[in-house]
Amino acid sequence: MTNSGSTPLPAEQQDGAFAHMAYVLRSNPVTLLAFCMFAVLMIAAVLGPSLVPYDPLASNAALALDPPSLAHWFGTDSLGRDVFSRVIVATRLDLAISIAAVALSFLIGSVLGSIAGYWGGWLDSILNRLFDTIMAFPLFVLAMGIVAALGNTVENIVYATAVINIPFYARLVRAEVNIRRDAGFAQAAKLAGNADIRVLALHIFPNALPPMMVQVSLNLGWAILNAAGLSFIGLGVRPPTAEWGIMVAEGANFIVSGEWWLALFPGFALMFAVFTFNLLGDGLRDIVDPRQRS
Amino acid sequence: MAGRLATVGLRITHAIPVILGVVVVSFVLTRALPGDPAVYFAGAAADEESIAQIRTALGLDKPLPEQFLIYAKDVLTGDLGQSISTGQPVLQDLANRLPASLELTLTALLLSCSIAIPLGVLAATRPGSAVDHLCRVLVTAGVSLPTFFTGVVLIYVFYYLLGIAPAPLGRLDFIYLDPDHVTGFYLIDAALAGDLETWLGALKQLVLPATTLALFTLAPLARMTRAAMLGALSSDYIRTARAAGLTEDKVLFTYAFRNALLPVITTLGMVFSFTLGANVLVEKVFAWPGIGSYAVEALVVSDYAAVQGFVLAMALLFVALNLVIDLTYTLIDPRIGFETR
Amino acid sequence: MTNETSRRGFLKGAGATVLGASVLPFLKVLPASAAGNDVVVAVTGQTINSLDLHRTGTNRPSYQVAVNVYDRLVSFGTKTLEDGSLSYDYSVIEPEVAESWEVSEDGMALIFKLRPDGKFQDGSPITAQDVKWSFDRAVSVGGFPTVQMKAGSLEKPEQFEVVDDLTFKINLLRKSKLTLPDLAVPVPMIINSKVALEHATADDPWAMEYLHKTPAGSGAFKVAVWKPGEQLVYERNDNWTSGPVPAVKRVVLREVPSPATRRALLERGDVNMSFNMPNKDAKELAGTEDITVATTPIENSIYCLCPNLAFEPFKDKKVRQAIAWSVPYEEVFKTAAYGRGAPMWGGPAASPADIAWPQKFPYATDLDKAKALLEEAGYASGFEVPLSIDLSQSDWMEPAALLIQENLAKVGITASVEKIPGANWRTASLVEKRLPLHLETFGGWLNYPCYYFFWAYQEGHLFNSSNYRNEEVEALTSETLHMPVDDPDYAPKIKRMIEIVWDEVPRIALWQPALNVGTRELDGYEYWFHRQLDVRGLKKV
Repeated sequence: MTNSGSTPLPAEQQDGAFAHMAYVLRSNPVTLLAFCMFAVLMIAAVLGPSLVPYDPLASNAALALDPPSLAHWFGTDSLGRDVFSRVIVATRLDLAISIAAVALSFLIGSVLGSIAGYWGGWLDSILNRLFDTIMAFPLFVLAMGIVAALGNTVENIVYATAVINIPFYARLVRAEVNIRRDAGFAQAAKLAGNADIRVLALHIFPNALPPMMVQVSLNLGWAILNAAGLSFIGLGVRPPTAEWGIMVAEGANFIVSGEWWLALFPGFALMFAVFTFNLLGDGLRDIVDPRQRS
Repeated sequence: MAGRLATVGLRITHAIPVILGVVVVSFVLTRALPGDPAVYFAGAAADEESIAQIRTALGLDKPLPEQFLIYAKDVLTGDLGQSISTGQPVLQDLANRLPASLELTLTALLLSCSIAIPLGVLAATRPGSAVDHLCRVLVTAGVSLPTFFTGVVLIYVFYYLLGIAPAPLGRLDFIYLDPDHVTGFYLIDAALAGDLETWLGALKQLVLPATTLALFTLAPLARMTRAAMLGALSSDYIRTARAAGLTEDKVLFTYAFRNALLPVITTLGMVFSFTLGANVLVEKVFAWPGIGSYAVEALVVSDYAAVQGFVLAMALLFVALNLVIDLTYTLIDPRIGFETR
Repeated sequence: MTNETSRRGFLKGAGATVLGASVLPFLKVLPASAAGNDVVVAVTGQTINSLDLHRTGTNRPSYQVAVNVYDRLVSFGTKTLEDGSLSYDYSVIEPEVAESWEVSEDGMALIFKLRPDGKFQDGSPITAQDVKWSFDRAVSVGGFPTVQMKAGSLEKPEQFEVVDDLTFKINLLRKSKLTLPDLAVPVPMIINSKVALEHATADDPWAMEYLHKTPAGSGAFKVAVWKPGEQLVYERNDNWTSGPVPAVKRVVLREVPSPATRRALLERGDVNMSFNMPNKDAKELAGTEDITVATTPIENSIYCLCPNLAFEPFKDKKVRQAIAWSVPYEEVFKTAAYGRGAPMWGGPAASPADIAWPQKFPYATDLDKAKALLEEAGYASGFEVPLSIDLSQSDWMEPAALLIQENLAKVGITASVEKIPGANWRTASLVEKRLPLHLETFGGWLNYPCYYFFWAYQEGHLFNSSNYRNEEVEALTSETLHMPVDDPDYAPKIKRMIEIVWDEVPRIALWQPALNVGTRELDGYEYWFHRQLDVRGLKKV
């Protein structure tokens, strides 16, 4: 059995987090690749709309369902819109949905989890039951229900995705806070005259950040898939907005009749983004997991 | 044993507020759904009067608190009401469809475990190696594909282009008769009846949807196996075992793997409940007559009784599942009690 | 737990002796194409949720059970269309359970003579008591059946009279051309009242619970298996007395929600029929070998864009006309309908030449005209409006809406496409009529223009989702609704009605939709106004 991962060179051991990161990146080309892919995504999201060759919303009935060509790299859809332009432009919306949803659940989950973990008691019990209740629903179905009840707009997709993710963060934070609330450094901070909230926010909570960053990264991928799934059953963003999930869902109906490019390219884009976040999450876990440092 | 029974009892009492919560949430959620089921079910060409008649017939003209009390009372007596869209009692619908979903999910998880766990162990024993990276990329690619997309592509390639897979027509091609109902799991029922042809027929129908779901569940299982194995392998007792000169195989499988199993089982539980939800999309693609596709359709037409019944059934299933996981814990690791929760 | 999964229950429920033999071949593994010459396999995307059309909540696809398993007093004839496909014939009323009928001397009663040898599926005779009980039920249970009966002026049980066992009399409230055809729609099906009454209770006098799951009819087929969400299996009634015994012994109707899968099944020859195919598949499969696609324009039906007169900009006729001039009809027809159906734009004159309905509206795509009209109306700078579509019909509504949205933008109107889920759609569009601009799909079962106007242009009526009211149209519709078509006043009045609604355009016609049915090694598919599958005439080739 090789043990290459757990026996780093001595020089790297002494340095701080950056050196460790550099080390992990170097020893883990996949994580490096993930960072590069993430950069591509960000570029597409920021610059995409100004780079694309066609208006993603402009239809052209004469060009409907044309296969990929030099003029239209990814072909055209049933309304003659350029699939390439739509795929690129959709990046921003998809990332925005997932980032907003994850940020929201991160925020709410952290606050609720900290409260539950730090003060405990009946508050903890109530919050725990609340999270149990949310988790007792099949998550996707709960998201469906929320979007169906509130109406299908981008905001509601964000809210639904956030709600179903809150328990994960809350549980994580609660566990971390719970372990540390009576730890020496927390006691010391309290004895030094700090208020509970201050101790919680500045001394205890930061300890929960590393595992949460991993969760964030994995959740970003989930959130995108979740939004795409909602689109597939017709509860997604409004047409004609370009969004990967809708494009795959619509394109899926065209695969059997031979127009594979409609679903395939947005499907790959979707996969690329989720893939990036998942690899990133994995890589981040390696970086934050002290056991990897050995 | 008595102590264990008591902890099980305690665990069940913990579940009660959750179930109450689910009853309330499901009621509120369905009532918040847009649209008026009375209008929808009055059908084409209905006038004001006939819509009002139907509203009364459905009990929707009563105030909400009263509707809730009626609902809660019915649930207590085991009456989940009648689905308006399928026209059957919800309980019967669920009983018919739950085995289909469970069979699909369990097959997928079995398939997934049989690939993911060895992969995870392999990756953990060689962290940082090419095998590790390859496994990571493959597994992550699987979870990155939307299930509905994978499903459609699999159907296109294996049914439409190659003609290897059977028509995606639900649990059994129409040329077979359903096996006698014993468990509702076609594979088990057909095996019990000794009907090999039907068994094979049911298996064939399962392959594509189960693969679709399995691809999606590989990642969490493989990742968790890898992480748990890494954790176990770097722990003190492994070091001690190695120092004591035990063979690598014995260290790996007897000590490390057994300890790594705990988090894997937790993940399995989570993945199971998650997959039952993700089923919704796969069932739709493969015309699988499961509980997920039932819920989607009920939701779209605001079929209150069906949505509520579905949610309640899922919640109970989930609570039961957690219980099983907790019990498994104590079997694997006797140190764990329930007091910590 | 009746009619459910177990084979035992299946045999017990449907009669072991009859089914025993026919079930046996099914135990063997056979490709669908070799399943035998008397078995037809069809796929559809919809769920049959009840075997009783009269029940509250019975959905549209379930009406076919009423067609295939029950009989009516009369039926429509059959004709061959130009493309060689079959269609029901609105102009011919044929006997079904009734052998003959006559109008009383004062014209205020219809008297039906039943077939003396008429038998229900359980072997008992069909009597006038059964007919009366069934009609009483249809007008009493409320909801859709009662409304549809009312359309034929069949409103209360007192109208239905048993003269003797084989003679049934309907006392008319008014003379109406709609009464006899309304007896041939699926609703006034004839139920075996003896069986039904055995299962009726004080709470359920019309045996709704029993008939919901167990049909008691006299039709050409029995229901052998029914699993909502999965399949329905019809088994031939070898002793059918209301017509020639069908050629096929068994029809398996599988429910497959994914249209792509349905197409693949038909293309690969695993099924004999795909009912109600998407337009695109119909267009592309029409040329293929072995597959025949029947595309029948749906009578008395138009897909419309409706500006709602309850909302400000649309109160002005000029704004509505401007919208009618800005719709990209050609593109919409090509992309949303794939050219299946009939164009409803570009009519030659502002007044109709005949009373054909639907016929081409006198509008076409002319953005300059649209802009000029908007300017005249004081909306030169345009306005904003949501354009609502139904989620469950997004296959055609979405592309149509997007193209319309694009062209509206060109004349300065900013429309945002809003998808509304199925349960909410009917409430919002038809009942509350609160959608400012939306797509609408009404089609009338009874094939008269006045019938269409009654539902779609009269104030307060369900399908008048535009909140339209015009005094002259109100009066003319009421006058013509029951008037015989050969009345000399009929045609001029109808023409005037059409002229008015063309000018005022509360409904902008996009195209006349078509029903697509793909068949393989199968003959005898017949189009019906109810747009449901009639399996009685099917034959394997």
